[in-house]
Amino acid sequence: MNVAPRSADFIGDAVTAPLLALDHVSISYPTRDGILTAVEDVSFTLSASERLVLLGPSGCGKSTLLRTVGGFLKPSTGEIRLHGRRIDAPGPDRMTVFQEFDQLLPWRTVLGNVRYALERGKSLPRRQAEDVARHWLSRVGLKNFVDAYPHTLSGGMKQRVAIARAFALEPALLLMDEPFAALDALTRRQMQDELLKLCEETGSTALFVTHGIDEAIRVGTRILALTPHPGRLAATFDVPPDTRIRGTARFAELERQIQQSVFADPETEHV
Amino acid sequence: MSDIAAPKLVRAPALRRVFDGTPWRRAVILAGFALIWELYARWLDNALLLPTMGATLSALWAAIVSGELPDRTLTSLRVLITGYALGIAVAAALTTLAALSRWGNEALGLLTSMFNPLPAIALLPVALLWFGIGTPSLIFVIVHSVLWPVALACYGGFLAVPPTLRMAGRNLGLSGGRFVVEILVPAAFPQILSGLRIGWAFAWRTLIAAELVFGVSARSGGLGWFIYTSRAQLETASVFAGLLTVILIGLVVEGVIFRTLTRITVQRWGQEQA
Ligand SMILES: Nc1ncnc2c1ncn2[C@@H]1O[C@H](COP(=O)(O)OP(=O)(O)OP(=O)(O)O)[C@@H](O)[C@H]1O
Ligand SMILES: [Mg+2]
Repeated sequence: MNVAPRSADFIGDAVTAPLLALDHVSISYPTRDGILTAVEDVSFTLSASERLVLLGPSGCGKSTLLRTVGGFLKPSTGEIRLHGRRIDAPGPDRMTVFQEFDQLLPWRTVLGNVRYALERGKSLPRRQAEDVARHWLSRVGLKNFVDAYPHTLSGGMKQRVAIARAFALEPALLLMDEPFAALDALTRRQMQDELLKLCEETGSTALFVTHGIDEAIRVGTRILALTPHPGRLAATFDVPPDTRIRGTARFAELERQIQQSVFADPETEHV
Repeated sequence: MSDIAAPKLVRAPALRRVFDGTPWRRAVILAGFALIWELYARWLDNALLLPTMGATLSALWAAIVSGELPDRTLTSLRVLITGYALGIAVAAALTTLAALSRWGNEALGLLTSMFNPLPAIALLPVALLWFGIGTPSLIFVIVHSVLWPVALACYGGFLAVPPTLRMAGRNLGLSGGRFVVEILVPAAFPQILSGLRIGWAFAWRTLIAAELVFGVSARSGGLGWFIYTSRAQLETASVFAGLLTVILIGLVVEGVIFRTLTRITVQRWGQEQA
């Protein structure tokens, strides 16, 4: 178990360029009262098929960091590279699943949403886009709802559509910002398990944001803990496959460790 | 992931479906108004001030049969639709610019706060100077009356689009005009629709008022001119017939066109703030 920050890793890692590299990234917001630094000097790399979880208390800048990788915000210093190329705009090579339920286009049906994303994001012709969309919707268990409009779906079903849309575009990198935070505990667990299965089946690379330790262990292969405000890297934890099973001693042990090193800091509150 | 079962639906009872609709309530209210009008007019017994509904309807019928009213109505509608369409086109161009650039944004804000409070009729003298008496002047003032409220509604709608939805659109690589047309416009459709409604009403008001003002010298006037000449000849029933025509067209446009538009768009998408 590696509890030291791994920020030095990417420097010596020139032989095989990582899929994603963050290089001393700081992100700040201009506000009325001055500049607010939300994320400070974060560096890490992510290689193919890894699922990296950004874990930290509310307000530590997880969403900010994810949005910057998504290209929706620009880092104030530092650089983010995908396949060695600097990120400066959003694009379908990084599909984001947001926490909010209003990420679907309300004027398109479930099928329409995924098909439209494929038509625009991958320039697929309509027929082919429709086939791919149907395939992914049935993989997330929604084949009975393809013609429904989003407002008639439950929150969990909307998130399934968003997940289908993200996977359908086969992005180099999946970005997920607490996609299950607004769901009830039971649905959340089920969705975590199903997401894990999809990721493993497709060998997807993902950057996943959460403030739940159990969620982080469940879905991630590696966990980066962030300090509260402004967010900096606090510690890294690897999650071996056998640790990922809920209810096992290893799961509980890792959960305890993370709890201690991240949230038991005297300056931080318990979550 | 395992399939979620399709929900089971049962048909609502037929009687309930009929009574849930609004048309019958509207018909009752309308009949009530008609009855009050007829009774009051009979009681007042002064055809010069308030003709009975019967007299108005027969004047309406006579004007329709003689071909004068349909003619006037068509003239008005032609001008109205031209001005309305032009106004919407300019509003669309302005709001697109405003959505895409800081300068466009500032320009729209400034222009709407300058021109929205300005009554279209106040521009009529200027229009007459620039375009002379005739259709172009009418169209000019109608465009003015439609443009600002529609632009304001569109832009307000754009601003209200949730940031997540914007990001979902940009995530697909959308930008520029395509982002506006395929994401912002449908997302802001409830506000755009109410802007279009307001614009339509403003266009009518402006047109009828403008026709009343300089109808005197127009050779082939529209409905406003019809109302004006009827009043000049003290044919109050015809004045009312003209007004009734305006109202009926309004009802048809609202009840058929805008209702259908609402039903197949924002209602179906669950965006109607009811
Ligand atoms: N648009 C903004 N303008 C100004 N400050 C912002 C903005 N968005 C976020 N912040 C600030 O940046 C910091 C990090 O916010 P962020 O949303 O990234 O936190 P988070 O880790 O995702 O929290 P949560 O777990 O609650 O979602 C917070 O202090 C927040 O107040
Ligand atoms: Mg967040």
